[in-house]
Formats: sequence, C-alpha cells, structure tokens
Amino acid sequence: MEVKRIRTPLTDEVVLDLKAGDNVLFSGVIYAARDAAHKKLVELLEKGEEWPVDLRGQVIYYVGPAPAKPGQVIGSAGPTTSGRMDAYTPAVLEYGVKAVIGKGLRNEATRKALQDYKAVYLAATGGAGALLARTIKESEVVAYPELGPEAIRRLVVEDFPATVINDAYGNDLYAEGRNKYALP
Amino acid sequence: MRTVNVKLIVDAVAEMCKEANYFLGDDVIRAFEKGLAEEVSPVGKEVFKQLLENARIARDEKVPMCQDTGFAVLFVELGQDVHLTGGDFNEALNEGVRRGYTDGYLRKSIVKDPLERVNTKDNTPAVIHVEIVPGDKIKLTLAPKGGGSENMSAIRMLTPSQGTPGLVDFVVETVSQAGANPCPPVIVGVGFGGTFEKVAYLAKKALLRPLNQPNQDPFYAELEKEMLEKINKTGIGPQGYGGRFTALAVHVEVFPCHIASMPAAVNINCHASRHAERVI
Ligand code: SF4
Repeated sequence: MEVKRIRTPLTDEVVLDLKAGDNVLFSGVIYAARDAAHKKLVELLEKGEEWPVDLRGQVIYYVGPAPAKPGQVIGSAGPTTSGRMDAYTPAVLEYGVKAVIGKGLRNEATRKALQDYKAVYLAATGGAGALLARTIKESEVVAYPELGPEAIRRLVVEDFPATVINDAYGNDLYAEGRNKYALP
Repeated sequence: MRTVNVKLIVDAVAEMCKEANYFLGDDVIRAFEKGLAEEVSPVGKEVFKQLLENARIARDEKVPMCQDTGFAVLFVELGQDVHLTGGDFNEALNEGVRRGYTDGYLRKSIVKDPLERVNTKDNTPAVIHVEIVPGDKIKLTLAPKGGGSENMSAIRMLTPSQGTPGLVDFVVETVSQAGANPCPPVIVGVGFGGTFEKVAYLAKKALLRPLNQPNQDPFYAELEKEMLEKINKTGIGPQGYGGRFTALAVHVEVFPCHIASMPAAVNINCHASRHAERVI
C-alpha cells in the first residue's frame, strides 16, 4: 500500500496534496486534545484571548491516553470519536489548525470548514491504542493538567499511521468506501 | 451454606479488570484472522493486520488494547447458599474495580455527574447486575464497555404487527447509522422482548456470548445470520473505510413480552470485546 510520509507542522501545500483515502505516516510534533480541552480553547477564541500553546499550522489528535506504566512514554493511545468535537472544529480550523485526527463521522459544518480553511481530517485505527502508543516517542502535558487524560499534550511521533477521511476538496472516504463496497 | 469472605471478591475483580483489558479472547482473534484472509478491501485488510498486531502487543506487554478501558460492567450470579462475610458486597465489587484500574494502569473514564462531569478518579462506580441462582458458588463476569460503541446503541418499542421485518430493519438501521463511529468491525448485541429496561439488559448480555456460538433456538440462529449478512452488505467495512466486514457477529437474546408490545434494543460493542470470568 502506498504511504505518504509527512513531517509536522503542515503547510497549505502539504495539506492540498492530501486526498481522501491516502495513507499517511506522521513524524514530528502533534498535540493531543479532546472534549474538555476543545471547550476551553474555543472559549478563549470567543473572548479573543491567546491559546496556552500556539497551534497554528499544527495537528490535533483526539486522544485521552491510558496512564503510562513505569518505563512507558505513554499508555495506550488510540483515537476517540471525532463527532463530539464537531461543535468546536470549525472555530479551531479558522484559528489555523491544519489537520485533526480521530475516528468516525464528521458533520457538514466540519466538512465545509475543512474546505474553507484548507485543512484535513484523518482517522487512526480505533481500538489500536497499544499499537499507536508505540509510535509516540515523547509525551508532555503542556496545558490544563487538571483535566487528567483530557489535558493538552505535546507528543513527538515517529511514523504515526493515519488515513485521510475528509480532504480539503470535499471528498469523503467514509461515503466513497461505503458506496464502493455496498451490496444490493 | 458456604461462607465466602468478600475479600476474595475484591481480589478476583481487580485481577479481572486487568485481564479483560490486556488479553483479547481467542474467539475475537480468530474472527480477525478470518477478516484478514477474506476482506476484499485493501484498507480493510490493513485494519485487521493492525488489530492483530495491537492484540499481540497488549498481550505481550500487558497493556490495555484500547485506551478507553471502559465502564466496568459486572454480571454476578450469586448462589443462594452463599453467605457473604467480611464487608459490604457491592463495596467489594467497587473496591476490586478501584484496585484493578489503578494497579493495572487503566484509564479512569467515569464522571460523577452527567452534567458536572468531574472524574471519580478510580473508575467507580461499576454497573452491577446480580442474579440469585441455585448453588453455593459465585460467578463473576466483567465486561468493560467503551464509550464510543455504547453511544451508538439504541432502544425501540416496536409494535407486534411490525414482526420480524420490524426487528431486522431496526437492527440494520442502527448499525448502518453508526457508520465508522463504534470502531467497526463491531459485535451487535440484540435484546428482544421483555420490558423497556429488560430489553436493554438482554442486549448487553447478548454481547457476553462467545463469537461463533449461535442462538440455541434455530429460528433465532437463522435470524442472527440473516442480520449479519444484511449489516455486512452496507459496505461500511473495517473502521468505516469501506469493505465487507462491518460486524463480526450478531447475537440475539429473547424474553417473553406483553401482548401489546415488542421491545427491541441494540447494544453495539466494538472489536475490543473484553470480558473476564471467575467462579468463586
Ligand atoms: S469504541 Fe471500543 S475500540 Fe473504539 S475507542 Fe471505544 S473502546 Fe476503544
């Protein structure tokens, strides 16, 4: 299977080169943030305040990892359901985040925002938390430590595997894949 | 009468929390292998490859296969000739969960109030179902349940005139609408009959049955097969990327019902179908 190796952060050029169905291996820094952190970040945007970390051009991964065992960088760390972030994603993309990684369906507003702000939505294999954790080489809480597994973390990854679901052109792998394999 | 100290229950539950989250059952592994061999979509095949590798890492390194280590759902069959000593039975079950989730480096995913959402920090309370049965043994079954697949579950009070097609349509529609969200390939637990609350319980219980073990009633065994085929024709496929393996199994549990009603419930489980069992 063909794979695109990508270093973070992302430029518009890299984003525009990605198409729904592409398999990607990310290396570099990505940021973990899920429900509670999104709520706080969007509240800051509404108040016109800066984020505790600058995420322009960056990649957000929707994950709430399991605790690390002694000797582990991070516990199991697979994606959580992305749909819950739909309420916040258009604002996050308008701010300048270039890619978001999770699993599952996005709503129309998010899909449109991906096109408007030149960004992509990717999925990592849901439930493969032990496997995905192996690609994470460093993990550090950089904001909201009080949120526990929902804190914002800076993750250094090497060949983190993900599949492009919604690209910046309006294509949708979930719809395409389903149509392709559906039987009467 | 047999006397059992609840300390034994605490220890057993603590062990089961770790075991269920680290070791995926052989029945599920075999279903992955079948998927790897038979899935026609290349991305779908890749998913099965990753899931097999993931299960191997979890087993070898004793780490949870999925970071969502779930709500601890406990089914207890309590022999009526057992006399419990040494403390509160429910508290013992919760203490077991508390210890298992802490010592096992499992994620604590429970919040105290649905609106305030403050984490209880030890994954308690557990959801506990107790059935009193003949005998002097205690059978404990732990089934940690992830949120992503639980959220895609549904209940419907069908009417008797809707018959078999009503049930089939409801089940297929529920899985179809869930799409990629519950981490397909999924296992579909169906409750049929009983009352509003009983049918949800049956759907959850249906998920405990090992894969490849059809309903004992030939009619419902056939219906399980038919629904599985229909679900796998949706094209959703592994992780929703498109393919033929959307579900690994459909299990139906049936109970008598009122002349006026025909309740049905669908409890979706992800491929991280975890359980552990102990008899004390
Ligand atoms: S649905 Fe299951 S496999 Fe997917 S993230 Fe939740 S617990 Fe893990």
